[in-house]
Amino acid sequence: MPSFLSVQLQLTYDAGSKTTIFSPEGRLYQVEYALEAISHAGTALGILAKDGIVLAAERKVTSKLLEQDTSAEKLYTINDNMICAVAGMNADANILINYARQNAQRYLLTYNEDIPCEQLVRRLCDLKQGYTQHGGLRPFGVSFIYAGYDHLRQFQLYQSNPSGNYGGWKATSVGANNASAQSLLKQDYKEECNLQEACAMAVKVLSKTMDSTKLSSEKIEFATVGKTKEGKIYHHLWGAEEIDALLREQGLAKVDDEPEAGEIK
Amino acid sequence: MRGPTIIKAEDDKTRQLNKHTLMAFSGEAGDTVQFAEYIQANIQLYTMRNDTELSPSAVSSFVRGELARSLRSRSPYTVNLLLGGMDPITEKPHLYWVDYLASLAPVPYAAHGYAQFYCLSILDKHHNPNISLDEGIKLLGMCTDELKRRLPIDYKGVLVKVVTKEGVKVVDFDNDRIVRSA
Repeated sequence: MPSFLSVQLQLTYDAGSKTTIFSPEGRLYQVEYALEAISHAGTALGILAKDGIVLAAERKVTSKLLEQDTSAEKLYTINDNMICAVAGMNADANILINYARQNAQRYLLTYNEDIPCEQLVRRLCDLKQGYTQHGGLRPFGVSFIYAGYDHLRQFQLYQSNPSGNYGGWKATSVGANNASAQSLLKQDYKEECNLQEACAMAVKVLSKTMDSTKLSSEKIEFATVGKTKEGKIYHHLWGAEEIDALLREQGLAKVDDEPEAGEIK
Repeated sequence: MRGPTIIKAEDDKTRQLNKHTLMAFSGEAGDTVQFAEYIQANIQLYTMRNDTELSPSAVSSFVRGELARSLRSRSPYTVNLLLGGMDPITEKPHLYWVDYLASLAPVPYAAHGYAQFYCLSILDKHHNPNISLDEGIKLLGMCTDELKRRLPIDYKGVLVKVVTKEGVKVVDFDNDRIVRSA
């Protein structure tokens, strides 16, 4: 039988189910809900190779009537030396990306050199953390995968989530089916792989975690960070033709007249 | 030489900013130390926060930015600076000349103050891009000899610090050598 006190407590937790408040089990529900929201978003993954990094993301086609963006909607450039993939609420992501870009430019203005990757990730995570603690606000419903380069630690891959935690990875994924993507990555990852092999691995993993087995450039986005022959760092968001070429190469491309499983023609 | 004004000889007009960067300053008394220690504190804060050192070029841009901000304020710092540093990643030495109007220039050799009118011509004649540290100290000796001969004050010598990839150290420098007029 619940005592008066426990009913009183229950009410307090419900009314104030804010990010500022721990549950009696020591959990922060709003943060967990945000993480849950992300686990339904399109998958994004990143793989670190010895000569570069690849980011790949699933783009969810919601309606045939919806105008397809020709530009990327899940992959963004933050800086000359950094790109990121988004999983979660796009509107929230826009705020954070804008913040990251401003911070990167401010650092460039102050020190006349690009911001070290980890510093930028940390600044974003400090902001995200703030929204898990200060009252009346919900946390950002976004996880990021960052790919970047700096002189300090060469090529780097990071992941961050709504709680404001971040970590460096060799290969990682976020969004729907990220558990299976993660175990596939763990299985296939080779320490000494090059960028080309990493790209092949990325589409292979995506094809297995996405609902449809046959992919096309409409359904995925692709980006790489690498070094040119002259030693200059570049980042590149792939065009539709490039993605289709890679898919054909890996035998994962959709053949036009072959109806997809579950799709009514 | 005799006179009513005495220059303090043992004053250290440098501050170490991080392991590989040293800043020397001259200018308005009070402003100099205040500004130098403000910069020093901020560079040290960066090192603590980020577990990495700013490169000499990043330090120079930061310092220039602070001076430029100060210049447009109600009471600007009147400070001239020389920044010397070793890039910890590329292991290349850098020297920057900064003045109170927030001009910044990477240079092979530099001087501020009245002494520059005596030293720069000597440096121009004898410096070359491949000069070693020992040769550099010898060249500095030629400069101080000239100052002893010609400066219209009781010149008491210099404090010499060297920045290498091992860090900053004071080196012995013979300031008591008698120089005959040429």
